[in-house]
Amino acid sequence: MISSKIINRLCKNVLKRAFATEKGEVTALYDFHVQKGGKIVNFGGFMLPVQYSDLSIVNSHLFTRKNASLFDVSHMLQTEIKGKNCVEYFETICTADIQGLKNNSGTLTVFTNEKGGILDDLIVTKISDDQLYVVSNAARKDHDQKHILKGLENYKKTNPSAEINITFLEPKERSLLALQGPKAAEALQKLTSTDLSTVYFMTSIVGDVADVKNCRITRCGYTGEDGFEISIPAEASVKVANALLGNENVKLAGLGARDSLRLEAGLCLYGNDITTETTPVEAALTWLVQKKRRELKNFPGADVILQQIKEGSAVKRIGMISESGPPARQGAVIFSEDEKELGKITSGCPSPSIGKNVAMGYVPTTHSKVGTKLKLQIRNKLYDAVVSKMPFVPSHYYSAPKK
Amino acid sequence: MSIPRFLIRTTQLVKQPIFSQYSCQIRPRFVHTSNCAYAARLYTDKHEWVEVRDNGIGIVGISDYAQDALGDVIYAQLPDVNTVLKQKDECGALESVKAASELYSPVSGKVVEKNKELEETPSLINSSCYEKGWLFKVELANNDEVKNLMSEEQYKEFLKTQEAH
Repeated sequence: MISSKIINRLCKNVLKRAFATEKGEVTALYDFHVQKGGKIVNFGGFMLPVQYSDLSIVNSHLFTRKNASLFDVSHMLQTEIKGKNCVEYFETICTADIQGLKNNSGTLTVFTNEKGGILDDLIVTKISDDQLYVVSNAARKDHDQKHILKGLENYKKTNPSAEINITFLEPKERSLLALQGPKAAEALQKLTSTDLSTVYFMTSIVGDVADVKNCRITRCGYTGEDGFEISIPAEASVKVANALLGNENVKLAGLGARDSLRLEAGLCLYGNDITTETTPVEAALTWLVQKKRRELKNFPGADVILQQIKEGSAVKRIGMISESGPPARQGAVIFSEDEKELGKITSGCPSPSIGKNVAMGYVPTTHSKVGTKLKLQIRNKLYDAVVSKMPFVPSHYYSAPKK
Repeated sequence: MSIPRFLIRTTQLVKQPIFSQYSCQIRPRFVHTSNCAYAARLYTDKHEWVEVRDNGIGIVGISDYAQDALGDVIYAQLPDVNTVLKQKDECGALESVKAASELYSPVSGKVVEKNKELEETPSLINSSCYEKGWLFKVELANNDEVKNLMSEEQYKEFLKTQEAH
């Protein structure tokens, strides 16, 4: 019973892939994780640690908020797109204004379908006008690869002379480590000659880390804290990980803490909080549909999405806090105060930082105002909750000074 | 109690919980008051244990394997006193950061007490799953039912088969 719920929560859409084989794919750090006491699980087809033996998930979570944690996120799909038409091409499949990005800076965006539904969320970084670096979800790896290639095929129909080269970086070749927390910058700075003080949130640079050359350092993450995602030649990933862990303020963290951290930060998990059935407007991600793209109306699902931006959507993703009782999990039914069914929880957990239960879910927009009282059904009992703003804990990004 | 399947898999790669250290039964003072004879813990395939005393009262908890797989328990929902349970009935749940796990009654009977201290301090399940972290006490309706349960030895064997998956 519960097993299926959990699998759904973590591995939705990839169930077949995840359990098709006894052991999933491994990242270059697999042996390292086992050695360090990682409790390995099959997550979306990858064997990854859910936690390590030295820290419980709660303690690992709290450690990240106070110090810094190192996560192996090599299972995520890293893609390089090169060629002089790459920006124009990539804009045909996502909602970002990539042209408007400065070099070496990136943004969160979404792939959408013709109905405005979200096919995946991803970070796209414009290295230059002829080079993009994209990181998207492991659980959508197969889908995204096909989608990116299909998008190119379509683009080439109208632009036959387009010059675009796409490289999917395999975890065997390229690792991705996330270093997250208030002490991340200090720890990384000790190991790199790159001056991190000018590498602001959502910007990226290539540099050395622990004497390993050709590492891509991007200041971003999935915890709400300051931090970096570092793309490293796979054969050097253990060296870099060990060097970072040589700092007493850095500890390894697994998927368990990653999930509770991102939830507190109000960040969506694809497959749970956003799916093909939700639009960016419904998901409270309207900001991802950038101004210039709204004017040009040239992304998949623009009709539906732009109409929703204008008139509002019928449902909306909200955050909820319940002071007591059990945490509501994915699938729990949300009721109004007068006990009319409104919608469902898409993610939920006890928040280690605030000591209350936090959750996200969808309700009619009429019930989405912060402060609205709701009831959540958990094992046939109703518990009080209230619509709350997200993030549930303040974010601490290292943003560029406002001019 | 049902362990999320992905958690079970993990034990292939981590240190085994040491069961032997618990095999010599400790009798916590607060658990019960009379007939303090040795009672062996019996286990279900869902990782609950029950320890039946001479007075026909069974004390129910979850195994060390289960608490280890669950991680930090932050909420315990226990059956209310006077609830009549059948063997294998879902009767509550334990919540950790990563998952909710339902509890199933190892025996039929009427709940006579629940561990209020545990409701206040759910982490007792992690720190003391065989003593302070007991869940509830039940007045057994059918003493024969315990024959369906596993002894400590059998349960250890059972865990080995679980890990072989």
